[in-house]
Amino acid sequence: MATLLFLEQTLNGLQLGVTLFLMAAGLTLVFGIMNMVNLAHGSLYMVGAFLTATFSQWTGSFALAVPLAVAGTFVVGLAVETVALRTLYARDHLDQVLATFGLILFFNELVKIVWGPVAIFIDVPAFLSGRVELIPGAPYPVYRLVVLAVGLAVALGLWWLIAKTRIGMLIRAGASNREMIGALGVDIKRLYTLVFALGAALAALAGAMAGPIYVVEIGMGDSMLIKTFVVIVIGGIGSIRGAFVAAIIVGVVDTFGRIVPAQLGLPTAIAEMAIYILMAAVLFWKPAGLFAARA
Amino acid sequence: MLRRTLLAALAVAVPALAVQPAAAQQGVKIGLITTQSGPNAGLGRDMVDGFNLAIRHAGGRLGGAPTELIVGDDQFRPDAGKAMAERMVQRDRVDIVTGVIFSNIMLALSDTVLKDRRGVFLVSGNAGPSELAGKDCHPNFFAASWQNDNTHEAMGQHMTNAGIKRAYIMAPNYPAGRDALAGFKRFFKGEIAGEVYTQLGQTDYAAELAALRAARPDATYIFYPGGMGVAYIRQYSQLGLMPQVPLFAPSFTADQTILPGVGDAALGMFASTYWSESLGNPANQKFVADFEAAYNRIPSPYAAQSYDAAMLIDSALKATGGSIANKDAFRNALRAANFQSTRGPFKFNTNHFPIQNYYLTQIGKDEKGRLVNQMRGIIFSGHADAYASQCKMR
Repeated sequence: MATLLFLEQTLNGLQLGVTLFLMAAGLTLVFGIMNMVNLAHGSLYMVGAFLTATFSQWTGSFALAVPLAVAGTFVVGLAVETVALRTLYARDHLDQVLATFGLILFFNELVKIVWGPVAIFIDVPAFLSGRVELIPGAPYPVYRLVVLAVGLAVALGLWWLIAKTRIGMLIRAGASNREMIGALGVDIKRLYTLVFALGAALAALAGAMAGPIYVVEIGMGDSMLIKTFVVIVIGGIGSIRGAFVAAIIVGVVDTFGRIVPAQLGLPTAIAEMAIYILMAAVLFWKPAGLFAARA
Repeated sequence: MLRRTLLAALAVAVPALAVQPAAAQQGVKIGLITTQSGPNAGLGRDMVDGFNLAIRHAGGRLGGAPTELIVGDDQFRPDAGKAMAERMVQRDRVDIVTGVIFSNIMLALSDTVLKDRRGVFLVSGNAGPSELAGKDCHPNFFAASWQNDNTHEAMGQHMTNAGIKRAYIMAPNYPAGRDALAGFKRFFKGEIAGEVYTQLGQTDYAAELAALRAARPDATYIFYPGGMGVAYIRQYSQLGLMPQVPLFAPSFTADQTILPGVGDAALGMFASTYWSESLGNPANQKFVADFEAAYNRIPSPYAAQSYDAAMLIDSALKATGGSIANKDAFRNALRAANFQSTRGPFKFNTNHFPIQNYYLTQIGKDEKGRLVNQMRGIIFSGHADAYASQCKMR
């Protein structure tokens, strides 16, 4: 019995982990390459989820709505980078934090005006709504397995993009020394815009897939954002590989942190602290994170 | 010539003076503080809309007095709520503060309102913390809603009546969450198979639900307001727990701020409540029909309570001839609660908290296919809170 529950919780942890990874991948690139603290990353997650809800109402198909919402948020990302963020790269982090916090308020109000203040509904698509009994006695929702699979596939795709393509080479170069690639004649402005919009699209994918499980409401990205920052700090800022490993670790630690202390009779406050204790430990042994992008 | 002018002047002036009875024309100024931004903005919207509907039903004048309503956002933050109360009491000089959804915000702003020298009244449209029902009760504080524990006590009683042996209970880890489960346990006589507190604002319950399933309870009781409730009920249903382990909740986890986001996953769930959109008394039927006509959606309990708060104020002003100048007279008129509540029978206890009925509802569909709370019976009639005896009302 205990082993089966352990397996089920591991599955839950992995699924949370890949969702965190989709958020973290974009955030770590923006932080690593542009040296930009973007608190509004959670807003893009929210925009992705709301667009998915609207598109699935219009098209009647969740599978069609997700790519549309991801594309839509990519465009939103382009716009945000061009209009608001471009002027902030040269400023210090405090200015960036203030400006992107302003963006959170802006997006929350915008969503309230467009979609209203109450949580809205997206259903799990009918063909994914069943359960499979992978673990005896514990039927597991198919949809959560699909989220896990999509997350892993995107991770693989990102690895290919970063490791094997010219764009990826520029992104890696940008993460390790952005002045140098500018000096070598790469159009750094365009690269920045592209990376930001790519991050926005990944956040939107995370939001789109989270919608049917969690809740599509104003501010839904905020709690996700805090965990995502923990992930990129543990993984090493600017490193996609680090973000992946750290997201899985944080997902699993958070999941077990929520049930193990309660079963051992320890105070449940430990559940809320688990990932921060982990982060503190990593920072103590490896101040630059597990996979530092910069030498 | 001169005499005629004087007479003419008197003829104009005397009637003008005559139609100005001292206080009634001064009117009443009401400040409504509620949550209008962030994930809980939907609750605030219902509160404002419910209050405005009552003002409209009263012909624009509560108790015949010219009524001015000022609405302020607490941003879901106690400090912002307190600052808003200070502004309304000291700068806008309101006579009554109402609204307030969350107990932590209520406790932060209650002193500001109640300790003002002008004698400002505080009529809660939602929050009913035990402090204000017990040792910190105040002559100028009235809860037009309930005491926080009551709805949970009702479900504890119902689940005991239903013969449920082992219940698994869950709530967010914050004061109202702990109060909720304490209230539930006060009346549930079966065994507690598990008592779990999760993080406030958490929306992933996969880990907790796996542990719940492993504990094999007969039923689950949860208190998850807002988005947490939407996420919990969905995941409970997605995991296939819904038919085998019936889900019970207070109305805060089953009302019209939750159901549209949950969808059909909520069908069959039970809720305990003091008010429902399908409650059959005439005042409620009029309220629900007019609310839907005006705002194009089914009202939530937040709208109903806010409407009741306005109607309570209306009844008190009627009794005092539209004046709030005599505080003792106005207070006594509030205490009488001489109005038609949307909840049916309603009266105040010695601590100015309601004595009212609590009902059982089940989530089903109305004739338009929308999810609603359908009445399944009465759990408590004339139920009072557990703190009234600690209140020494001055």
